Amino acid sequence: MSFPWAKHYKPSHPLMQWLDEKLPLPRFVYNAVGAGYPVPRNLNYMWNFGVLAGVCLMLQIVTGVVLAMHYAANSGVAFDSVEHIMRDVNWGWMLRYAHANGASAFFVVVYIHIFRGFFYSSYKPPREMIWLLGVTIFLLMMATAFMGYVLPWGQMSFWGAKVITGLFSAIPVVGTPLQQWLLGGFAPDNAALNRFFSLHFLLPFVILGVVILHIWALHIPGSSNPTGVEVKTESDTVPFHPYYTAKDGFGLGVFAILYCTMLFFLPNALGHPDNYIQANPLSTPAHIVPEWYFWPFYAILRAFTADFLFIPAKLMGVLAMFSAILVWFFLPWLDTSPVRSGHYRPLFRKFFYLLVIDVLVLGFCGGSPAETKYVLISQIAATYYFLHFLVILPIVASIEKPAPLPFSITQAVLGKDDQTAPAA
Amino acid sequence: MADEAIVNASGTDSPAVHDGAGADEGVRRRDFINIAAVSFAGVGGLAVLVPLVSQMAPSADVLAESSTEIDISQIAPGQAIKAVFRKQPVFVRNLTPVEISEADKVPLSSLRDPQTLEERTKPGKTNWLITMGVCTHLGCVPLGAGEGEVKGEFGGYFCPCHGSVYDTAARIRKGPAPKNLEVPVYEFTSDTVVKIG
Ligand code: HEM
Ligand code: FES
Repeated sequence: MSFPWAKHYKPSHPLMQWLDEKLPLPRFVYNAVGAGYPVPRNLNYMWNFGVLAGVCLMLQIVTGVVLAMHYAANSGVAFDSVEHIMRDVNWGWMLRYAHANGASAFFVVVYIHIFRGFFYSSYKPPREMIWLLGVTIFLLMMATAFMGYVLPWGQMSFWGAKVITGLFSAIPVVGTPLQQWLLGGFAPDNAALNRFFSLHFLLPFVILGVVILHIWALHIPGSSNPTGVEVKTESDTVPFHPYYTAKDGFGLGVFAILYCTMLFFLPNALGHPDNYIQANPLSTPAHIVPEWYFWPFYAILRAFTADFLFIPAKLMGVLAMFSAILVWFFLPWLDTSPVRSGHYRPLFRKFFYLLVIDVLVLGFCGGSPAETKYVLISQIAATYYFLHFLVILPIVASIEKPAPLPFSITQAVLGKDDQTAPAA
Repeated sequence: MADEAIVNASGTDSPAVHDGAGADEGVRRRDFINIAAVSFAGVGGLAVLVPLVSQMAPSADVLAESSTEIDISQIAPGQAIKAVFRKQPVFVRNLTPVEISEADKVPLSSLRDPQTLEERTKPGKTNWLITMGVCTHLGCVPLGAGEGEVKGEFGGYFCPCHGSVYDTAARIRKGPAPKNLEVPVYEFTSDTVVKIG
């Protein structure tokens, strides 16, 4: 599971020896995030975001469980119970803002984590399974955040639930019955709110389970690194603890400063004022938008305004939106270049930055009203998005001449590798 | 064990042979028991899914809220009201003669979801356009039924969510919605009362 030179766990205290025999949990931790896990010595700050995502998940679980002690999932009182948390519960305002902004922080971190994967092609063999599990986590996160946003039962909660479950009604034949089955009614109401609460409570723990699988799969080949060259000898690695516990700790400090700035000084900056109006099934807010982290996908949904081939516009939009994420699952097989890191792929690198811009443009359009000009821009950007994954990546992989790779990580860091390199 | 004794009684000699693929006697009793047990467990497992899946569907009380009576005597031509049916808005609109003739002028072939105004209203009451106030795209409430709301470029309804435009027969004319606004099941119980559902 690890490199042969990994340090071995040797408990010295008799109690720890006893525990190690009965339940080797400390040994497991030691091998996962302790001195027993050798990690490439050259990881940059892009490698901090996995640990940060784990911290965000814990933050959401702790604040969420506490909020659930004061929240009431009934459409008659849900809105008031959230106001009760804000006004009456000791520290309730802070816990709710911590949870709502924690969701945003979680998505910022995970988006950086995913784009790190795009740039360094972390999805390539032997790490495909880590990638597939990661995309699964992202899908679960989206479902969790969507259902969480419904819970305060404001106008945006209600209409978000209506529009998103309305996506399912686009499916031919079974669509409308499926939507009614999901909602337990003809429109979002008490039945929907209750089940969303139940699932919003459950899914984070499912995510936790998949995260454990994700890390398990990671520990088989070990972490990749900015050169994309695999570990060869002991001099290419350092033990996770204390080297990366320290580096992750520093990153966590920076994260905490930014997060607390949002939490204490701009707690509603990412929210929507309409959600402080109680849900009203008879009146749609003039401008409904999802939370910012769904904007790029929302723009793709809205980009389809006319029927396409035989497929109605509505279904096409829904298919495109889901495909925008599902296409990530195929990435390990679409990008066939043997070189991993974008540092050594001059052409790929340009397209990577274009993709980043494209997704930002989609995000901007997704947050804007459904006016012709934004729809037009979304159409162009959505087309480019799919071109990038389905056409550009495979072509670039076959025509590009990559820059020469270093012989080893050690050579990349020190300029020479005495142990293995034939004179650099 | 009991089944081993049975197999032994049937004449073969070494237990190793009975369990392996080497047994060439055809179907053994043990195979039958295995298949029967797994099948029963499988059917049982599937049966458990039925209540688990169907508990999600609309419950009896939700289904029971399924009819609404509306007094239409106060709605002047050109006006509309929003009522509630199954916790969703219903638009009841009293069309003006101009709106009716505009709806009749449109050639059916130009429509995404071809239907005449006559097909969408009751005979002799073409001026009473009764539809769900639920956009067939993703379910927002279109504007145009309330006092002073924009009616869109076809004079009917306009959905602000993703820009679907409906005409004076509430038929989809532009934008992402695939269908006309749904006409619910309804009847006139008198000249001034409509029962929906
Ligand atoms: C993956 C982790 C999670 C994410 C991304 C997430 C996201 C969200 C979001 C976006 C909201 C709406 C916030 C607002 O506008 O008020 C919310 C609300 C809520 N969440 Fe979570 N959540 C997570 C985990 C949890 C957990 C584990 C629990 C409970 C065990 C929980 C309980 C609640 C409750 C009770 C509310 C309603 C109160 C409120 O609106 O502030 N959440 N969640
Ligand atoms: S819900 Fe009406 S246009 Fe999308």
